[in-house]
Order: sequence, then structure tokens, then C-alpha cells
Amino acid sequence: MIRFKVNGKERTYDGDPEMPLLWYLRDIAGFTGTKFGCGMALCGACTVHRNGEAVRSCSVAMRDVSGTSITTIEGISATGLHPVQKAWMEIKVPQCGYCQTGQIMQAIAFLGQNRNPSDAEIDDAMSGNLCRCGTYQRIRAAIHKAAKELA
Amino acid sequence: MNNIQNASRRGFLKGAFAAGTFVLGVHLVPESLWADASTNTAGVFQPDMFLGIASDGTVTIIAHRSEMGCGSRTALPLVVADELDADWSKVKIEQAVGDAKYGDQDTDGSHSVRSFFDQMRQVGATGRVMLITAAANIWGVSEKECTTEPSFVVHKASARKLSYGALSAVAAKLPVPSKETVPLKSRSEWRYIGKDNALFDLSDIVDGKATFGMDARMPGMLYASIEHPPVLGQKIKSYDDKAALKVRGVKQTLTIDTFKPPHHFQPLGGVAVIADNTWAAFQGRKALKIDWDTSPHAVYNSDQFRKTLESTSRQPGKVVRNVGDVDAEFAKGGKIIEAEYYTPHLAHASMEPPVAVADYRNGKVVAWAPTQSPQAVQETIAGILQIKKEDVTCHVTLLGGGFGRKSKPDQVAEAAILSKQLGKPVKVVWTREDDIRFDFFHSVAAMYLKAAVGPDGKPTAWLQRTVYPPIGSTFDVNAKYADDEMGLGWNNLPFDIPSHRAENGPADAHVRIGWLRSVANIYHAFAIHSFADELANAANQDSVQYLLQLIGPPRIVRLQAGPDEQEEQKRYPLDTARLRRVVEMVAEKSGWGKRPNGKGYGLGIAAHRSFLTYVATVVEVEVDDQGQVQIPNVWTALDAGTIVASDNVRNQFEGAANFGASLALLSEITVTDGAVNQRNFGDYRLVRMGSAPKHTSVYIVESDAPPAGAGEPGVPPFAPALYNAIHAATGKRIRELPLTKTKLV
Repeated sequence: MIRFKVNGKERTYDGDPEMPLLWYLRDIAGFTGTKFGCGMALCGACTVHRNGEAVRSCSVAMRDVSGTSITTIEGISATGLHPVQKAWMEIKVPQCGYCQTGQIMQAIAFLGQNRNPSDAEIDDAMSGNLCRCGTYQRIRAAIHKAAKELA
Repeated sequence: MNNIQNASRRGFLKGAFAAGTFVLGVHLVPESLWADASTNTAGVFQPDMFLGIASDGTVTIIAHRSEMGCGSRTALPLVVADELDADWSKVKIEQAVGDAKYGDQDTDGSHSVRSFFDQMRQVGATGRVMLITAAANIWGVSEKECTTEPSFVVHKASARKLSYGALSAVAAKLPVPSKETVPLKSRSEWRYIGKDNALFDLSDIVDGKATFGMDARMPGMLYASIEHPPVLGQKIKSYDDKAALKVRGVKQTLTIDTFKPPHHFQPLGGVAVIADNTWAAFQGRKALKIDWDTSPHAVYNSDQFRKTLESTSRQPGKVVRNVGDVDAEFAKGGKIIEAEYYTPHLAHASMEPPVAVADYRNGKVVAWAPTQSPQAVQETIAGILQIKKEDVTCHVTLLGGGFGRKSKPDQVAEAAILSKQLGKPVKVVWTREDDIRFDFFHSVAAMYLKAAVGPDGKPTAWLQRTVYPPIGSTFDVNAKYADDEMGLGWNNLPFDIPSHRAENGPADAHVRIGWLRSVANIYHAFAIHSFADELANAANQDSVQYLLQLIGPPRIVRLQAGPDEQEEQKRYPLDTARLRRVVEMVAEKSGWGKRPNGKGYGLGIAAHRSFLTYVATVVEVEVDDQGQVQIPNVWTALDAGTIVASDNVRNQFEGAANFGASLALLSEITVTDGAVNQRNFGDYRLVRMGSAPKHTSVYIVESDAPPAGAGEPGVPPFAPALYNAIHAATGKRIRELPLTKTKLV
């Protein structure tokens, strides 16, 4: 029996311990804000936080979730929107929107470590997250805006 | 007969709107089709689209186009709301199911706004007039004394106002005024059209609540993952599923028949693993052992096929446009310039892979899918399962990208076929590997261009020949010529050249070929605008000045066209003044000519009209001594006529630069013995934040012209502008995509 938390709530799991966290979240727990994009940690659409750190949930087995605290887009802010989400709204980042929850989760974890990032640092931190619609320039602008808000 | 009708009291509205709701029904299809499309067996009027105003003031607008990131689902309701003078915060959008009564629902070709703009204005304005009449009747004043402010009718003289919600029950009893008596707002009165309104779904997207196809669920559904034949047309000889059935969560396996050619939108066939979650289905698939039969398409090898295409491109082809006499000009001798260009297959790789949920029950199918074309879902499933199209209900979710891939509903048909066999709802999930290997690919293409150049450096004759497997092969196994794709930047060259001939040579298709964002414009623009720059270089002239000379004086370019295109040319004539304007604008904004090119720095330009929108792009490159290319800036100027959602249009063109950068720098699909070599984002590469253009600046020409396309036209000029910039920076002329094929140092 694997015990862990999702968005602050205690959970248990006794299925295949090799199942990636992504499919537990989506198919079993119903947190569909976390997206499937590649299954190989190449696109970042499935990014969630494990103990506050950004991970690709498609490549984290349930056995490695034991004893940890997972946060998904649904649990990122208890009261209204997170400042990063607000910045996404103000810059009007999304087009189709499919990759954006992963982008937001990556950006929140990154800003937790770097409150005043340069363009190059943002590019480096976000280059694991693909956006096929091509909203990269807006994502960078939104991260700068959120950094100011959080400072 | 008015195409707008008061549908408030019609029985069929039960459930859709609360009693007392004021509802306008609209015919979107021409009057000649009303009888077929819009009346049921009882002859009851069934409008194609609804605008409803409830007593609480909620305005409900039906969106009949799909949302894949281009903003159609927001833009068209914005137009209705503006003319209705509704408070946008009170607007609720309901997504329509697939139904022939809507006319064309295929969200492609960058045409949602341009095809429905006028009708959306009309229905909104009609609603506004009826609400004013309702208020005037209540107050006993003339309608002329009344005006509106968002979601209120106002009588200024007596300082009275009534909300739309309060008026809806009265308006519901009024006759619909004739079209001629309904005034449209003047452009200066628009509150939303041309402004920066956000996407309707923005907030749901950023908090993870938005429902994409991947998120659709049905109670009791099973999950399926399908092993498709590696080569198009292969059938299963035999298969062994013993190991697959041992995987925890796997329930059973089922087969899906390989299509009978032409493949159309039918499933590819294969073995489906059915499980109680997605992961188990994926794992089960890995344990399958399948012996595939042979296919005639196993002869397909990209290297060899390239030689065939190039060889064909050097032979005379079918003439698709002829002006003057290029052969006579070439025979005169003088300076002749020739060049050949090549572009590979591409995959769409939308971030959401193909996915669908379907439930077959008692001869009827209900499906939820991220589809650009819900009617194609109906037609495809009905055809395969031998049921009536009307018995297929297709709900449309948000699409996690589409780019043309999701016009094809093969994965929805797979879900319906499996559901019928299982007696339960089924969700089919394609892996990324499935998506990349089994796409409807953007076509591989070879182009040959030849010009005779006069003493002033300008061409006196220009021959262009293009060869590629056509999209028509989807519907006809014998299709070899790209007849329907010639309008995509090949038979409409807007240059002022006395002799010009455009040709198309034949090619066979051995993989599925499909539309990809801006389609044939990608390779046509790459060849034409690279060649234009080569001629400028050969004449030792500035590329912008040379391009303006090629475009020539302001004029309307008359094109040879069929009846439909002639109609389109009346509304959207090819106007070189508008093309010149975007070139001049982008040159000015980019600071063209201010910094010398060379030593690893360069600007390049290309200007291309597609989907009726005029676009000019300047790309700035820096090439370091390792041959690494950076793109510090992209400037794009566009004239898309009347704009509905300005910020979203800018976003589309920023995105198009990144889409263009992916295909110009990195992306390529190759085939060996009929099977696609690429698998995932490791070998089918796309630009990331670090490799994408750093800054993209978009400039929109203010225009009163009818609206034109926005989703696609930003893509075609990018690759040639980039390659022209690389030439300016390094002196190296590259004639094939992507850049990874060429070493710069």
C-alpha cells in the first residue's frame, strides 16, 4: 500500500507500483488538469510538484510517490488564482491551452527558487516544456510579470 | 424569408433554454438548403444556431465552430454580443454538436471569422432591435428615442432603463424585423470587435478546469490503445496476445480491420488492447506479438523518393497558370537562373495526441472528441458501422491543438468500432509515438524554378514547377496531381513579370497525406520567396527594393479561376497595394538596411498572401563561428482586413513564427521501407523556448476590408525569410528544409 498526499489530502494506492503518477492522477484520482503529451518526460505537459519540486508525472512511478506530497494545478492555490496564473491571464498567454497547466506548474516551481530571473534563466528553466501553438514569448513575459508580483 | 426567426415558443427548445427565454434561431446555410437541413419530418422550423436571452440576463450563444487555439469559439460570439450590445460578462457559450444544419463546421482553412462575420452581426443586431421594441412598447415611447448600453435598453429623455433580462419575455413575443430595417453598428460603435478581449476559456485553461478530448469521460468506460500496422495498408497475418493479457488491468484484445482503399478517414486497422486504465492498455500493447502482411507501400523510402520527385520536377508538368510565353523568353538567351528546392514530410504533433470517447448503444453512437470536423465524425462512423449519420451524436470538446490533423476523425471511428464490440463506452488514447508515426503527413515536395533576367536584373520570364503527393490521394488512390492545392500559393503569384508559367508534376502517395497549418503554402512560399531573394542577390540589389519591384505597381491581379473563386475574387481581390504596404511596413519596423549584413548577422524578408491575408515577415539571425543560428527578432506585418480579436490575432502570428521556426530549423519525417522513422519529441524535434525566436513583433494594418484568415497565414513567409537572412549573414544559400540537414561551417 502506497501512502502519499495529493493537494494536501491523504491518499492510498495499491495498484501496479510501476504505473506513472500521471495515469494515477488522470484515470484514477480524476485530476485531469495534468496532461498527457509524450510519456517520456520530453514535453512537460504533465508537470506537477513533488514536495514542491517540479517533476514530469509521466515518468514518476507510483512507488516513488510513497511518502511524498504531490501538488497538481487543481491544488496550487487555496484562495483564488496563484500570482503566476494571474500573470498568465493578464498577458493572455494561451492559445489551445493544453500545455499551459504544465507550463504554469514549471514556472511556479522555478520562481520558488529564483525570484528575479533573467531571460536566459527563464529560457533554461522552461525549455523542457513544449508549446506547439508557440506561446513561448508570452510565457516568458508572464514569468517576468509574476516575478515582480511575488517580489 | 428572413433567415432569422423568433424561436422562443418552439417546442423543440425544451431543455435547452428556460421558459420565457427570448431565443432567436438563425439559418447559417443558404435558403435553398433550408428544407433539407432545417426542417424535421414534422416540418417544424429548426434553426441552425441560437441566441438566447434568459430572464436573469444570461446571454447564451451557440458556437458551431471548434476551438483548437485559434479563437473561433470566442471571436464569433464576440461579434454577436457586440451587435446585440450585450455585456460580455453575461455571455455563456454553448458548443454545438455536429449537425448538417450548421452548414460547414470544418474548422480549417482560417475561415471561421470570414465566413460567418456578417451573419453573426446580423443576428446580434436583430436581437438588439427587438429588445428596443420591447422596451419602447412597455414605456409607450418611440423606438427612435431608445438606445442601448451593455445589456440595457435606455430611454434617456425620461432617464429610464430596462435590462435585457427584464425584457426577454416581452421580446420573445415579437415578430422578427426584416433585415433591411435592422441597423448594424458603425465601426466606431463597436465595443468588442477589433479590441483585445481575452479568450472565453482563458480562466478555465489556466486553472486546469478546461475539458479537452483527453479529459472526456463516460460512466463505465474502458480504455483502449491500438497497435497500428507499421506500413500503410498492412493487414494482420496473425497475432499473439498471451503476454498482453497477463498485464494487470488488461481485459482483452480486439482487432480492427484495415481499411479498403482509398483510406479516406477510416481507421488504419490493427490490434486494440482493452484495459481498465490508459497505462495498462499501453503496457499490454508492448507485450503484443503481431505478424503483419505485406503492403505495396513498403517500397517507400524517403531518399529514393526525393530523387524521383526531383527528377519529375525537371520535366514539363501540367500547366496551372500561364501568362505570356516563358519558352520564347528562355530561347532568347541572356541570363538564366535556375534553382531547386526540397522540403520533407512533417507531422502535426499537436500537444494533445488523437483521443476520443464513444458509446455505441442500440444502433446509435454518442462520441466526445477533440475534432475540427464533427460532421466528418458522423459521416465516418455512420459509413463504417452502417448506421444513419443522424444517429451519430458528436460532442466537441476543446482541442489541444489541431493544425489540420483533427479534421480527420479516424481515432473517433476506432472508439465507436470498439464500443460496438464491447457493449461499453471506450476511450481510445493514441500515444505520442502513434501520433507521429501514423499521422496524415504534410507532404514532401520538390520544386524547380527558372528565370530569364533582363539587363536591369528583373525577370522577363519565370517558370515554377512543383511536385508532391497530393492530399487528393486520401480520397482517390489514383490522384497524382495536386489540383486542389494549386490555389495555396502556386497559381496566384502576385509578381509583375511579363511571362510566367506555373506547373504541377505527378507524384504517388505512400503514406497518408493531409492538411497542416497553411498546407502547400509552406513549400510553395519557401521556393518562391527563396528564389526571389536569389534573383535580388544575382542582380546585386537590396532584397526589399527588389521584392517591391517584383510585386510591381499597385493593381488588382486577375487570376484564372472557377465560379467559386471568381466570387471570392470579387470580395477579396488580389490587391498588390496591400501586399506592398505590408512589405514597406515590416521593412520600416525592422529597421531594414540600417545595419550592414554579413559577418554572421543578417536580415531576410519574405511576403506571402494566403487565406486572403497579406503578410510580410523579416527575420533577424545571428550565426556564430560554430554555425549555431539564433533568431533574436522576428517582425511581421499583416493585413487581414477587419480584425475581431486583435490580441488573439497577434498571438496567432507570434505562434506562427514559432511554428515556422520548428519546420525551418528542426522538424523532418522520413520513411524507410514504408515505415516512419521518427517516434517522439526526441527525434521529431520542435523549437523550445531557448531555440525559438527571442522576440516577435506583430503589426496589424488598420483596414475596413472584409475579414480574412488569421490562424495560418503567418506560417508560410517564415522559413524563406529565415533562409534569406542566413544567406545575408553567411553568404550560404540553402535550398532544403530543415536547417539540421546543412552544416553552416
